[in-house]
This record gives sequence, structure tokens and C-alpha cells, in this order.
Amino acid sequence: MSTSPTTAAPPAATVRTPRTGMLALFGIAAVAVMLVAPFGVYPVFLMKVMCFALFACAFNLLLGYTGLLSFGHAMFFGGAAYICAHTIKVLGFSPEIGILAGVAFAAFLGLLAGLLAIRRQGIYFAMVTLALAQMFFFFCLQAPFTGGEDGLQGVPRRPLFGLIDISKDINLYYVVLAIFVFGFLVIYRTIHSPFGHVLKAIRENEPRAISLGYRANQYKLLAFVLSAALTGLAGSTKVLVFQLASLTDVAWQMSGEVVLMTLVGGMGTILGPIVGAAIIVTMQNYLAGLGEWVLVIQGVIFVAAVSLFRRGIVGEIIAIVSYYRSGKQQP
Amino acid sequence: MDTVSDVPYIVEATGLTKEFKGFAAVKNVDLRIRRNTIHALIGPNGAGKTTCFNLITKFLEPTRGTIRLNGRDITRTPPADVARLGMVRSFQISATFPHLTVVDNVRIALQRPMGNSFHFWKSESSLDSLNERAMALLADVDLTTYADHLAVELPYGRKRALEIATTLALDPEMLLLDEPTSGMGREDIARTADLIRRVSKNRTILMVEHNLSVVADLSDTITVLARGEILTEGPYAEVSKNPQVIEAYMGTGGAH
Ligand SMILES: Nc1ncnc2c1ncn2[C@@H]1O[C@H](COP(=O)(O)OP(=O)(O)OP(=O)(O)O)[C@@H](O)[C@H]1O
Ligand SMILES: [Mg+2]
Repeated sequence: MSTSPTTAAPPAATVRTPRTGMLALFGIAAVAVMLVAPFGVYPVFLMKVMCFALFACAFNLLLGYTGLLSFGHAMFFGGAAYICAHTIKVLGFSPEIGILAGVAFAAFLGLLAGLLAIRRQGIYFAMVTLALAQMFFFFCLQAPFTGGEDGLQGVPRRPLFGLIDISKDINLYYVVLAIFVFGFLVIYRTIHSPFGHVLKAIRENEPRAISLGYRANQYKLLAFVLSAALTGLAGSTKVLVFQLASLTDVAWQMSGEVVLMTLVGGMGTILGPIVGAAIIVTMQNYLAGLGEWVLVIQGVIFVAAVSLFRRGIVGEIIAIVSYYRSGKQQP
Repeated sequence: MDTVSDVPYIVEATGLTKEFKGFAAVKNVDLRIRRNTIHALIGPNGAGKTTCFNLITKFLEPTRGTIRLNGRDITRTPPADVARLGMVRSFQISATFPHLTVVDNVRIALQRPMGNSFHFWKSESSLDSLNERAMALLADVDLTTYADHLAVELPYGRKRALEIATTLALDPEMLLLDEPTSGMGREDIARTADLIRRVSKNRTILMVEHNLSVVADLSDTITVLARGEILTEGPYAEVSKNPQVIEAYMGTGGAH
């Protein structure tokens, strides 16, 4: 790597937002690719990537844009999955009602967990969220309606809105794509809203934000609830794809995986979590035959990513691009 | 609740005490700040000046004592609400939002009274109406050319200027400045002192300052703090002759 002798590397968050026009163009191109993708790639795989990408984006709203590291997001992902699966399979509702129930539950759980955790700072916040998620895990393990070790299997894919036949993977694919794009746009808008500006200020310097009259905890709580709700959307959607909700979805490994995806892709970047999710899910698929070794390899990747690309893949790309751009502007 | 805005003192702290695990950083301090004056708080390092600031603005809970702002008891008011009542502080170590642009730093302050700060569904273009005022505030502290830089990229003295601009964006009635000129070069100090004098019109300012010529120049009243207690209080000419003050400064290696 060649480094300029005079200037230090740009700071991590020289992540100046790329121009909106360019981003919109890129977004349209990406959606266009995704529209034809299932004809080349196994749709279930793509749906899985989208579910986890949405999960990671929702998580990143908290980690990257609010500065809160939650180590318990599996409770929202898995909790929503159970509620969605139960609503559809046992109560017999249609998929859209199942998803709404899952999201509502995740938001409510997010409110409760947030109220308990938000006053803690840094590692204590992570520990409280982990502890709550573990309690929720044991609740799910014991509660009869979750199906214990078996989980809730064979959740039916009834027609969406009584109209759209989602029993075929290719049809469901477009529904999942629509959900993903919707979730992504909600997150994007949140980040670029008046609320998002305050969140960034709190992340940057909480005492200063308070001294300007912002009741920081209320903003963090709303961010937490939004993140939990969108995580619930991802978890509920996953139920439609795999027709299954299980303990895997609420286990602490799931909370860890989303941290991994976000950091590998680049926290605090819009696209980083998507890239990170795609990489991790792809890896899991290709290495599935290796059994437990997947975890070891994931660990190695994590350590490598954190030590080599501290800003994550997308974060590094942004840093390099803005470095050369500013280099050209100021000769 | 009605506030009594015609009391002569905007801030009245009585018997203010802060103990950290038995160590009293601030002991039984009575501090009264007269409206529309510049009041300086001076004293050697570790005297408890910043702790006093933290207590008055409620960033710390006092162990004992009461604080009134405009006659209203704020002893149990959370810090963000104190700011909303019109008392805004700066910090000893420059407190900007480092990875926001300079203009966004000021806009964050301007945004708060708009009441849209929880609106996560609105576009950020709803904040564009603040740009004009933000730029005017930046012009006031000669930061116009830096508007689009990240705050972290500013030289130190300019960061402090940005902090003052951000604070002024709230148009506070009462301003607390913790060492506003620390780390500045001669020119920046003069510029900042000038700015403080300029903004003190119709405002009350309490400032901690080690630069005694700035203190002499600007302040109407000086309170000298040493080891958490008030040593003396009065105008500069009086305070500077006080043998106890001279001793307190010499005893700890002097002011900066
Ligand atoms: N959170 C804390 N916990 C324990 N002790 C503290 C804490 N904050 C301040 N102190 C102690 O209280 C005393 C007063 O500190 P303070 O920061 O108020 O001094 P100061 O007058 O602002 O000094 P300086 O001129 O160096 O800024 C110091 O001895 C300091 O070590
Ligand atoms: Mg101090």
C-alpha cells in the first residue's frame, strides 16, 4: 500500500454520504439485477441473503448510526419468527398478518429491552442485551408454543393477501425482494431524517447533545425500537422462506452472526451490512459440508476482517475513494 | 410554572457540595450570578471549577445544596431540560460532533426547537430552512470557509469557535464557558474574547478561564475557588490584590 508521507489516513467516518443521485441510480441498477437474479441463482439462497441483509441493516441502524452495540438482537429476530410462525400455522392467519404480528411483537420486546438497557453505556449495554436475550432463549426453550427443540415446522405458505400464490419459490422471491427494499428504504430514510441527524450527533458526542437540550435516552430508545421492529420484519420473512421457526433463530450465535456481518461489511455504512450478510451467508452455504469448521472459519474471517479492514469492506472502499477524490481536489 | 424573571440573580446555588467517594471536590459553595453580567470562576487546577459547572448544569447530581435558575428550583432537573430552560454550557475539552460537517454541527442546535427531532419518516431536506441561520452563525465566528469540512478536520482554535457558534445557535439566556480560550494562540484568544464580549449583550455568562488578562478584561465579577471552596469574590482589582488568592495560585504552581 502506498501512503502519502504528508497526510494521515482519512478518519473512519470521512464516510461522507455519496451523492443522492448516484446512490439512487445505483439502487435502481441493484434492484434491476435482483429482479433477474433468481433465473441464474437459486432463489431460496437469495431470499436467505436478503433476510439476513435486512437483519444486518436493522442492526447497523443501532450500531453504526446510534453507537449502541446490542448483543441480543436474536431475541427480536427469533421472537418475531416464533410469533409469525405461530400466527400462521397454529392460529391459521394469512402471511401478511403473521408478518405484522411478528413485527409488532419485536417492537414491543424492543421497547421492554430498550427501557432496561438504554441507561447503560458501552459494554454494559451489550451485557444487558445479551442477558435479556439469554433469558428470552430459555423462555423459548421451555414455553410449549415454540415446539421446543423441534421448533415450528411446516409453516404453510398461504396466498399473500389471499391473492398472491407464494407457494412457488420464484413468486415468494419477489415478495421477499419487495419486503427487503421496503425495509431498506425505511432504514435509509431514518438515517437521513431529522431524527437520524440527532442520532448521529448523540453517537458522536452524547454529553454535547444533552447540553444542547436533547434527551439522549429517548432518541436511543426510539432507535432501539425501530431496529428491533425491522429485525422482526427480517425474522418473520425468514419464516415464510424456510417455513420454520426454531431455537437457532433466538440463540446467542444468531446475535453474534449479525455483529459479524455488520463489521465485515462495514458498520455505519449504508451498504456494508448487505455485503457482509451476502458474504457470510454464501460462506455458510458453500462450507455447509464442513460442519463445525464453519464456525472456526467464520472466526478467522472475523479476526482477519477486524484487523485488516477496520472499517469493513464497504468502509474501506469508501475511505479509499474519498481519499483519492480529496487528493485530486487539493493538489 | 411562573418564573420570576425580575430577580437580580439568574443563577443561585446554595450550599453546593459534591463528594466523590468521600473526597469533596466542591464544598459548600454559594454562587450567585447576576443577570446580564460576565462572571468568571477562577482557581488553580483541581479547584473544582469544572465540577461546579457540572453541578449547575446538572451533569452531576449535587451531594448537597440547591440550584435555582430564574428563581426556579432545578436541583432535580435532568441536564437536557436545564438546557431547554435557557442555560447552555460548553465543555473544557472541545466538544464538537467530530464527524459531522461544521454547518451540521450548528444545525443540530438549531434543529432542536423545531420539534421535528423524532420524525424519522421525514426527509432531511426539511432541515434546509435552517441553512441560512446556520451560515450566519458561522460567519459570526469566521468559519464560513470551513462550512463543509468535518469538524474533526478543524484546527483546535477553530473547533472552539465552532463550539461557541453551536451554543449560540440556541440563543441561550445563560451561557457557561469552560476555558473558552485554552489551547488557543494569541490571535484566536483576542478573537474569542471579542466574541464573548459581543455575545454578552442581553446574556449572562459564567466562564472558567485561566488566562487572567482575558478575565481582567471581560468579567464584572470574579469568584476564586480553591480546594473546592470559595476563597473570595469581587471585581478583578479587588480579587487580584487578595493575599490568599496570590498564595493559592503560587502554592500550586500558578495559573496558566
Ligand atoms: N468524576 C470524578 N470522580 C472523582 N474525582 C473527580 C471527578 N471529577 C473531578 N474529580 C476531582 O475533583 C477535583 C476538582 O476537579 P475539577 O475538574 O472540578 O477541577 P478544575 O478546577 O476544573 O481543574 P482544571 O483547572 O484542571 O480544569 C479534582 O481533584 C478532580 O480529580
Ligand atoms: Mg476544569
